[in-house]
Amino acid sequence: METRGIIEAEDQGADLSLHFKGQWTIGSTFPPFTEIRSLLSETNDSICFDTKELQDWDSRFLIILNDIQEYAAANNILFTAEGLPSGAQRLLTLASASPGKVPVKPDDKSPSFLQTVGNKTSYLIQDSREFLSFTGKITLSYLRLFSGRAQFLTSDFLTFLEECGPAALPIVSLISILVGVILAFVGAVQLQMFGAEIYIANLVGLGMTREMGAMMAAIIMAGRTGAAFAAQLGTMQVNEEIDALQTMGIDPIDFLVLPRLSALLIMLPLLTLWADLLGISGGFLIAWFTLDISIIEYYNQTIDSISLRHFGVGLFKSIIFGYLVAFSGCLRGMQSGRSASAVGTAATSAVVTAIVLIVVSDAVMTVLFNILGI
Amino acid sequence: MQPQPLITVTNLTMAYGSFVLQRDLNFTVRQGDIFIIMGDSGCGKSTLLRHLIGLKKPTAGAVHFRDTDFWAVAEEQRSQIMRRCGILYQSSALLSSMTLAENVALPLRQHTTLGQDEIGDLVSLKLRLVGLAGFDNFYPSEISGGMKKRAGLARAIALDPEILFFDEPSAGLDPINARLMDDLILELRDSLGATVVIVTHELASIFAIGSDSIFLDGDSHTMIAQGAPHELLESTTNKKVKQFLTRGGSL
Repeated sequence: METRGIIEAEDQGADLSLHFKGQWTIGSTFPPFTEIRSLLSETNDSICFDTKELQDWDSRFLIILNDIQEYAAANNILFTAEGLPSGAQRLLTLASASPGKVPVKPDDKSPSFLQTVGNKTSYLIQDSREFLSFTGKITLSYLRLFSGRAQFLTSDFLTFLEECGPAALPIVSLISILVGVILAFVGAVQLQMFGAEIYIANLVGLGMTREMGAMMAAIIMAGRTGAAFAAQLGTMQVNEEIDALQTMGIDPIDFLVLPRLSALLIMLPLLTLWADLLGISGGFLIAWFTLDISIIEYYNQTIDSISLRHFGVGLFKSIIFGYLVAFSGCLRGMQSGRSASAVGTAATSAVVTAIVLIVVSDAVMTVLFNILGI
Repeated sequence: MQPQPLITVTNLTMAYGSFVLQRDLNFTVRQGDIFIIMGDSGCGKSTLLRHLIGLKKPTAGAVHFRDTDFWAVAEEQRSQIMRRCGILYQSSALLSSMTLAENVALPLRQHTTLGQDEIGDLVSLKLRLVGLAGFDNFYPSEISGGMKKRAGLARAIALDPEILFFDEPSAGLDPINARLMDDLILELRDSLGATVVIVTHELASIFAIGSDSIFLDGDSHTMIAQGAPHELLESTTNKKVKQFLTRGGSL
């Protein structure tokens, strides 16, 4: 049922009396202030109210009253609140109480293009500095660890080992089999044209061991573990746990970052080996089904084509990637602000940073290894 | 004339799994009351509040809002009742990704059909009522703890609630701000005509504004006292309540 609010004006020359009737609430319909203002005139000396027939009111009624009060003040008209419900009178007084010092909000008009470029550049410089300083802190922390002065909980470390290793096996297995399958498919179509089907084993073997095994495992861990690290440390930042560690004389890098970083540094190469194996098996499946290559042929060709050197390249990369993933996760977590949305931003940023660093460093390493003939 | 009962709690038992927090709670919050829930830490004060506002279902017993059994009615009706309640959480619970104005506007946007302009007017009115005029575009992270509480209050009164619930309204505030908070609660109670339920162990507030109260005991897992705080102080024979209200005998 729609309810209505009605206003009637009784102009008694100098004095204007406004009669409010019916419902003036959030759920009802009543004339807007623009309409009510036409009832008021600058020639009035005072405005008073009659609310005997007012059935119900809430904050929306107050807004109308507030507008009338402001209009009255602007035109030097006396505003007599006496006829209003006592609650409304008190709220009006409360609302018009002097606000104290007016806050100054740092100006939030959108910056010009040049300003944006400048801001981003200085942010980038700042961020790179923090990268370096965090790297330095981690190095110092490892030095402390090896000289026996850094401490973290063994139980923490074991949890992270499990989190970074066995717990990630299913997803790493699935993805690496599929990557092997994809590599083999792409190769199969091309190699068939030259009758060189058997070289599919070389393609998959080299592709997985040198590149894709390490890269896919690292990207999965960036999404899985890097984001988790950032969220954990970010939440600890929100709860002031990191401050507490610091005041207890415990270096948060030693206590929080070292176990995470070490766990990933140990586990990512192992995951990479596993990913290599499964990728090659995935490739074999395609070779077997679509090209009729037997398992013996495929096995021999694979053994011939990849040497320990290629595994070495993949493992070296995986150690670098492991460092980058844990580094990004921990850095973004430690940088996190102290709110729910800041923790979310930290987790997102950890994944993005990690993936960018992984791909860039992979490109650099691939070129370098090529030049060095490894 | 006895004011009408607004919330009636009968034989309420609260439990987490098999761990019973409180049992056999019986009390009535009457219209216009400032009702205080007090007790030692961990006795289930905040959990009781969660039962009263419908966030948690009683293990046994019932919570009646006027004549409606809160948990016997359909989900939709329950959420309609919840809409008539305003709640100020212990840590303000402002959404950190939104400005104060957007936080206060949220319930209005959700539950009314008002236009953008009118919501804007209401929001700035609410912020003025709690003394935060001009802070519309600030984010919760940019203001102090006391201001966050007041902003939370502005959001709690956005829909002109019949009942206002406060969880530790003066926790973390300095004495002056705690006093201002008390005054604000009283002022809003009188002018909005709302009923107020407060969980607190701030003695100053309990005596300054409480008109009725219950005392929950964490050891015996039930309520051990009920009545206006001043009268309780005079008349209670329970040692624990006496100690609580006199700060261990130091007052």
